[in-house]
Amino acid sequence: MLFLTKQVLKTGICTEPAPAVNDHWRAEGERIQGEILRLLGRALAIRQVDAGSCNGCELEIHALNNPYYNLEGRGIKFVASPRHADMLLVTGPVARNMKIALQRAYEATPEPKLVVAVGDCGCTGGIFGESYASCGRVANVVPVDVAVPGCPPPPLEILRGILTAVQGPKQRT
Amino acid sequence: MRIAEAPLALRPLPGAIAAALGTASQGQWSAAAQAFARAGDRLVALWGSDRRDLGEGFVVHAAYAAADALACVRLPLADDAPEYPDLSKHFPAATRMQRAVFDLLGVRADGADDERPWLRHGAWPQDFFPLRRDSDGARSFEIAQERYPFVTVAGDGVHEIPVGPIHAGIIEPGHFRFSIVGEKVLRLEQRLGYVHKGIEKRFEGMPLAEGHRLAGRVSGDSTVAYAWAYAMAAEAATGCAVPERALWLRALLLERERVANHLGDLGALGNDAALAFGLAQFSRLREQWLRANGEVFGHRLMMDRIVPGGVAVDPDAAALARLRRQCEEVEREVRVLRSIYDEHAGLQDRFQTTGIVTRELALQLGLCGLAARASGIARDLRVDRPCAPYDRLDVAVAQSTTGDVAARVAVRFDEVFESLRLIAAIVDRMPAGAARLELPRAGHDSFGLGWIEGWRGDVLVALETDAQGRLRRCHCHDPSWQNWPLLEHAVIGNIVPDFPLINKSFNLSYSGQDL
Repeated sequence: MLFLTKQVLKTGICTEPAPAVNDHWRAEGERIQGEILRLLGRALAIRQVDAGSCNGCELEIHALNNPYYNLEGRGIKFVASPRHADMLLVTGPVARNMKIALQRAYEATPEPKLVVAVGDCGCTGGIFGESYASCGRVANVVPVDVAVPGCPPPPLEILRGILTAVQGPKQRT
Repeated sequence: MRIAEAPLALRPLPGAIAAALGTASQGQWSAAAQAFARAGDRLVALWGSDRRDLGEGFVVHAAYAAADALACVRLPLADDAPEYPDLSKHFPAATRMQRAVFDLLGVRADGADDERPWLRHGAWPQDFFPLRRDSDGARSFEIAQERYPFVTVAGDGVHEIPVGPIHAGIIEPGHFRFSIVGEKVLRLEQRLGYVHKGIEKRFEGMPLAEGHRLAGRVSGDSTVAYAWAYAMAAEAATGCAVPERALWLRALLLERERVANHLGDLGALGNDAALAFGLAQFSRLREQWLRANGEVFGHRLMMDRIVPGGVAVDPDAAALARLRRQCEEVEREVRVLRSIYDEHAGLQDRFQTTGIVTRELALQLGLCGLAARASGIARDLRVDRPCAPYDRLDVAVAQSTTGDVAARVAVRFDEVFESLRLIAAIVDRMPAGAARLELPRAGHDSFGLGWIEGWRGDVLVALETDAQGRLRRCHCHDPSWQNWPLLEHAVIGNIVPDFPLINKSFNLSYSGQDL
């Protein structure tokens, strides 16, 4: 216990400031309404869904929980069920074997809800594209609010995407 | 068994690792499997190709870890009703691979007990075989939901808990069917294949010099291992001699990938046993490690840094010295954390005697990689069949014998320290010179194998080129194929709440086996 406490004190706080939002990542015909943002504020529950990723994006989403990004300190947390979630954070091209599961997770998420597609695969289908096994980009299966490019996008860019989704243009003006 | 003792002729293949290839008759196919199994050699991978357009029918391949080489046995099959003798009676690990070969190529294992679909969940019809050359991979079908016959357990008080495909965390999808009584797990059956995205079909027709990008995305956490295995196979197929500096840089990247994953897992394992401190500390170290990757190599996970012909980045002496210094800092910190883990009674209570895999079972079912080393099987390609530069690095194999979660934690700690030592040694001995040369054009119908000890276990890539020197077939094999079935055994008799911990202690790839 002594060593543990010593290590905690020695480490200190390494959290860094949050990134600014990126309006280019907003999907066309954005679905975000002032009402959603008023309801969610900045306390956000996210259900992450890997719909076919190579697991690279998952590694960087995991990193969001490390002390540098301190997601929970910003009022954002990952939850175990879509029924508890305000946002789905979806990675991968949507594997056809995951299409129904993703649709069900979307339906199970209560309104008002947001969807952020993470990574080149989520944005466009990426290197896997569309095929007998892949539906391609996330927007081919469920409506997407914000799509974050990168292979994989670093944690800061994923955080930027999440903040872009919850800080709609209306709220910021 | 040495390849000279095999019941068929195996001719050595060129390349960075000792490998041999031979064509078998149906009788030799089974005799070879039996002989390798008797000698205690592992089945590394099983895959099929469609070579009907070349007049060879279908071909099924089995790769075995023979004593002196990677032995690849190929068996040509008839165009119509292609069948090969079942391997699962000699190698239980073959079962799922055989099911996948059928789903993708329509080539059947004759005599197999389990012929349920594995990768085909109803997203394509049962008479469509995507890896056949005349199948259009771009075609899409109505998704039909097919009932999957899980094995059921009956008895007083027995009930099932279905979990997934979407799990309660930031984790890949798969389905776990637990049969339990009270809190005790009687049986776990996995159903995987949810993230099958048609990778092997995607390789078809790709330029040989570009396939490393796709190979590097078979399982993102092992991108370096896959890119190296792919590059090794492509270089073997083209007779490309990679510059010395490139090989040392590849080893640097591979060891950095190993450390990054082990740091992540050690934190997550602490967290799964309710020590959030461990996650905070190890994820902080991992973040620093990935940031250094980003600054020195231009990518946090080091994707696309290994390319056929060499490496895409060539850090200068100052950058290398920085990486060496970082090893010293990380080692100091991890030593402190290890003593905290080792002395934490609550943590050790969760780790010890949880999720045991005995050495006997591990050998019988073909467990590989770090999980095997935690069950007393001291196998590591970096030591057993070292490719350059590992032949000059004298790697110490980490090993534990208890086969429980604690053992898999201990092996990770030991491997972190060994990889840190290796990184320092690699930096100190880094040769000068070019780091990349152009991959020569592949000849018509060339074949190449690559085999690399990734952080999870051994990754294999086998490829064939066509008349234009493009990929006609590329098979990527993840060690998770062998290790997933052992997880089913490891949880038997444990309580359901220990499953996440046991699962994490293996940390297997879904994407890598779903392809």
